Amino acid sequence: MADTRQQIVNRAVKEIQNGMNVNLGIGIPTLVANAIPADYDVLLQSENGLLGIGPYPAEEAVDPDLINAGKETVTAVPGASFFDSAESFAMIRGGHIDLAILGGMEVSETGDLANWMIPGKMVKGMGGAMDLVVGAKRVVVVMEHVNKNGESKIKKQCELPLTGKGVVHRLITDLAVFDFTEEGMQLIELTEGVTLEEVKEKTAASFNVALAI
Amino acid sequence: MGKGKVWNSFEEAVADIKDGDTLAVGGFGLCGIPEKSIAALVQRGTKDLTVVSNNCGVDDWGLGLLLANKQIKKMIASYVGENKIFEQQFLSGELEVELTPQGTLAERMRAGGAGIPGFYTATGVGTPIAEGKEVKVFDGKEYILEKGIVADFALVKAWKADKLGNLVFRKTSRNFNPLAAMAGKITIAEVEEIVEVGELNPDHIHTPGVFVQRVLLGGNYEKRIERLTVKKGDA
Repeated sequence: MADTRQQIVNRAVKEIQNGMNVNLGIGIPTLVANAIPADYDVLLQSENGLLGIGPYPAEEAVDPDLINAGKETVTAVPGASFFDSAESFAMIRGGHIDLAILGGMEVSETGDLANWMIPGKMVKGMGGAMDLVVGAKRVVVVMEHVNKNGESKIKKQCELPLTGKGVVHRLITDLAVFDFTEEGMQLIELTEGVTLEEVKEKTAASFNVALAI
Repeated sequence: MGKGKVWNSFEEAVADIKDGDTLAVGGFGLCGIPEKSIAALVQRGTKDLTVVSNNCGVDDWGLGLLLANKQIKKMIASYVGENKIFEQQFLSGELEVELTPQGTLAERMRAGGAGIPGFYTATGVGTPIAEGKEVKVFDGKEYILEKGIVADFALVKAWKADKLGNLVFRKTSRNFNPLAAMAGKITIAEVEEIVEVGELNPDHIHTPGVFVQRVLLGGNYEKRIERLTVKKGDA
């Protein structure tokens, strides 16, 4: 399964263009940071108050006052800035963040996203996800195509409580890439070695096939 | 210059917080939390508190200590996933919880402190968060009404203060602290160093002292780390 995640990461990093300000969610999205080309001027935003996340620190440089939104100890790159949470979300809500890459539990064919709670089971909270999906200029969701029981995580309608309605621009899974447009959900890429039949079989949502040849 | 706003005892500084009061508390996870004020409040046993804070600590640290001691009646937070006691008390109905998106929570505190009773945001439209809230359309897009928060007391942690309560924060430990300071009718700021008036460069002050009523020097900060991550090869 580690390969599946790496595959998603390798595809997701292509969404990042030189010069962007990007927010990466917790989990698979965080791993995307390591794959950004070294010659890119990309600033990573952490909603707890840092624009310009750097790599994990050396052991002797660990600073409890410097963490990312996943509460991991990090460093700050040259040119980074610190700010309070209201200013951080002014950046996010105000459309100043070019791209947010987030994890998902379910995505619907109309681009709804659910990723913050499972009623009766899991109470964690939405953190900054609801602000990110309405505020970032572009929202890309990365997740495995099916759950542990082999069921499609891409639904006609989300069964879990929503994080945002019609907010996803692009969905990247281990099997395929989809775009959400006014014409509906479009299959735009298949992962190498994956067939259209397999994607159709493992996707509960209806989608148009718009593969580039 | 006299003593200014400096208090010497955490015990005395939290003594007038009453049962049932609302507290705005700074910090993100365990980063930048007011360790000493929380400890004093645990000691005092003040109960039925409504706590407004991004998170609720972990089982044995931060606001988790107030939770374990059953001093919190209601929690307004955005993410509470690190705390088993929280989950137990919530699922059993003992603890009331108002989950609020993080940006909305920050803005609610800022607005409350800024004299703004409510504001509209697109965050949460079409989700369970929007239930029961007024919807208004601006330029064809829906927004929901969220209310500002004013707290009886705020507990914040800064890096440095002067005796007039001007505060300077350090790195990402700033987070919700300046907003909590604004939201509190009485703000109790604990810091790692108190300097004389005039020693802080006015251009470098993050929170002007007007938002701070009590300043205390806290020593030996534990600053627990939730997730220690280091460069590969160093672990």
